[in-house]
Amino acid sequence: MTSLTERTPLAEASADYDVERVRADFPILRRRMDDGRRLVYLDSANTSQKPQQVIDAVSDHYAMHNANVARAVHQLGAEATAAYEGARDKVAGFIGAPSRDEVVFTKNASEALNLVSNSLAWAAGDLAVCPGDEVVVTEMEHHSNLVPWQLLSERKRATLRWFSFDEAGRLDLSQLDELINERTRVVSLTWVSNMLGTVNPLDVVIRRAHAVGALVVVDASQAVPQMPVDVSALGADFVAFTGHKMLGPTGIGVLWGSTAVLGELPPFMGGGSMIDTVRMERSTYAGLPLRFEAGTPPIAQAVGLGAAVDYLSALGMTRVAAHERAITAYALEGLKSVPGVRILGPSEPVERGGAISFELDGVHPHDVSQVLDSLGIAVRAGHHCAKPAHHRYGVQSSTRASVYLYTATSEVDALIDGLGEVRRFFGVS
Amino acid sequence: MQSLYQAIILDHAKSPHHAGLREPYEAEVHHVNPTCGDDVTLRVHVVHGTVADISYDAEGCSISQASTSVLTDLLIGRPIDDALAVHDKFVQLMRGRGQIDPDEDVLEDGVAFAGVAKFPARVKCALLGWMAWKDATAQALVETKEWA
Repeated sequence: MTSLTERTPLAEASADYDVERVRADFPILRRRMDDGRRLVYLDSANTSQKPQQVIDAVSDHYAMHNANVARAVHQLGAEATAAYEGARDKVAGFIGAPSRDEVVFTKNASEALNLVSNSLAWAAGDLAVCPGDEVVVTEMEHHSNLVPWQLLSERKRATLRWFSFDEAGRLDLSQLDELINERTRVVSLTWVSNMLGTVNPLDVVIRRAHAVGALVVVDASQAVPQMPVDVSALGADFVAFTGHKMLGPTGIGVLWGSTAVLGELPPFMGGGSMIDTVRMERSTYAGLPLRFEAGTPPIAQAVGLGAAVDYLSALGMTRVAAHERAITAYALEGLKSVPGVRILGPSEPVERGGAISFELDGVHPHDVSQVLDSLGIAVRAGHHCAKPAHHRYGVQSSTRASVYLYTATSEVDALIDGLGEVRRFFGVS
Repeated sequence: MQSLYQAIILDHAKSPHHAGLREPYEAEVHHVNPTCGDDVTLRVHVVHGTVADISYDAEGCSISQASTSVLTDLLIGRPIDDALAVHDKFVQLMRGRGQIDPDEDVLEDGVAFAGVAKFPARVKCALLGWMAWKDATAQALVETKEWA
């Protein structure tokens, strides 16, 4: 293997960031893969690894405080409820929500987005979506922020429209005023693309959407884990994200919605906890946020997410973002040094997240990731639930490496060396 | 790694046999591997109960390319019943989690895929062309009412 140490060291921004100390909190990063290989985990945009603090919080909840929430009078019920609602407070504080009641726990970001799209389909009055109305998305959406809007448009006979993006992976806003017009009811777009890594200029889109009276939904699944987020400053109507990409457990997602809009939406799922009173003929519904949390919620998962938020807050999201930027820059530079690599998305570390999708000329992404896996390197191969974005580049799939707060430069070096190994294996020169 | 990427597989992937779409044909299908987006458009031509031709246009990884190539080598020229029996053997091998000893007399170059069965994520790749062929053949037989 060639040494790659001559490449640019990490930027000064993360000089006080001790990645080795962070890594020590993640037990999985110490495990060995088959044949004793060291794990190089570069698939964090898919799901992040969990620090011991989160694992302990979930384990402690089940070991010592387990009970159902909001219905048990006993001490355990009170403890579980306090832990669950405490997690809501933590999340609300973490994203700058004006009120904790605007934070709805879901099972993931997909459910959060479907909650909005379905409730809008059932909404009457000002929020109703009618035939001829328009719903706007972008060509770079994850399927979870595209399919729900296709369904809404079909069901309400509304027209789905979308922003495309340019060769460099930047949103094409040249048609902004035409695409978002007085017929537009909803604009839903990703903050940070899970495939391209692009950070979208939300302010421009939100300003235009609100000027024509449209709602704005933001898929922040890749944003909340990586950067400081303040939903009050952002000004969108809804923000959706998921716990498992931000050090938390799977099975918990978050929908933040402004009281003004969320409070007007009809219920999504019916069931326990979401009611005020129930008679055989009909029911009345609880206020925010419980109206949108039917059934026993993901309690331990919420507790885990609360611990994840504590962990991120202690590290400081500004420092997390700085590390993300620096390590992404290092990875981009390394990838560009590999012959035959074509980066799909911004190739400079500007307005860019830590997911880097690329093609390696002459080798299919499945084969790339298979050889990398044999070296202990975990990346994702496929369409990353963003088929239209791949179509835009005329490819079916790509290989994606994605970094996070525990990613070390040595792991990026391993990837670059690994790609050399891939090229040798498949005889690409 | 070596058990997955046998030299036979890499050779077939580099220069797939019987590639390209040809006339005549009775049925054409398009199959997609939903996890990666790989796809194959595959045509079958059946004459008097025999697989007269299998032609295809595929985009995919080396495993899916090679297995489609091997499929055409194995099945073109065979009576449909025979071809279906070979198909079953190959599918069995792929779903055998690496526990099945392949019969080289039946599967020929197809035995090279025995290692793929140990990589659950890649079994779908190896079966893409095979599932497309079975589907297309069923359609062709309805089309020509030529059930042998």
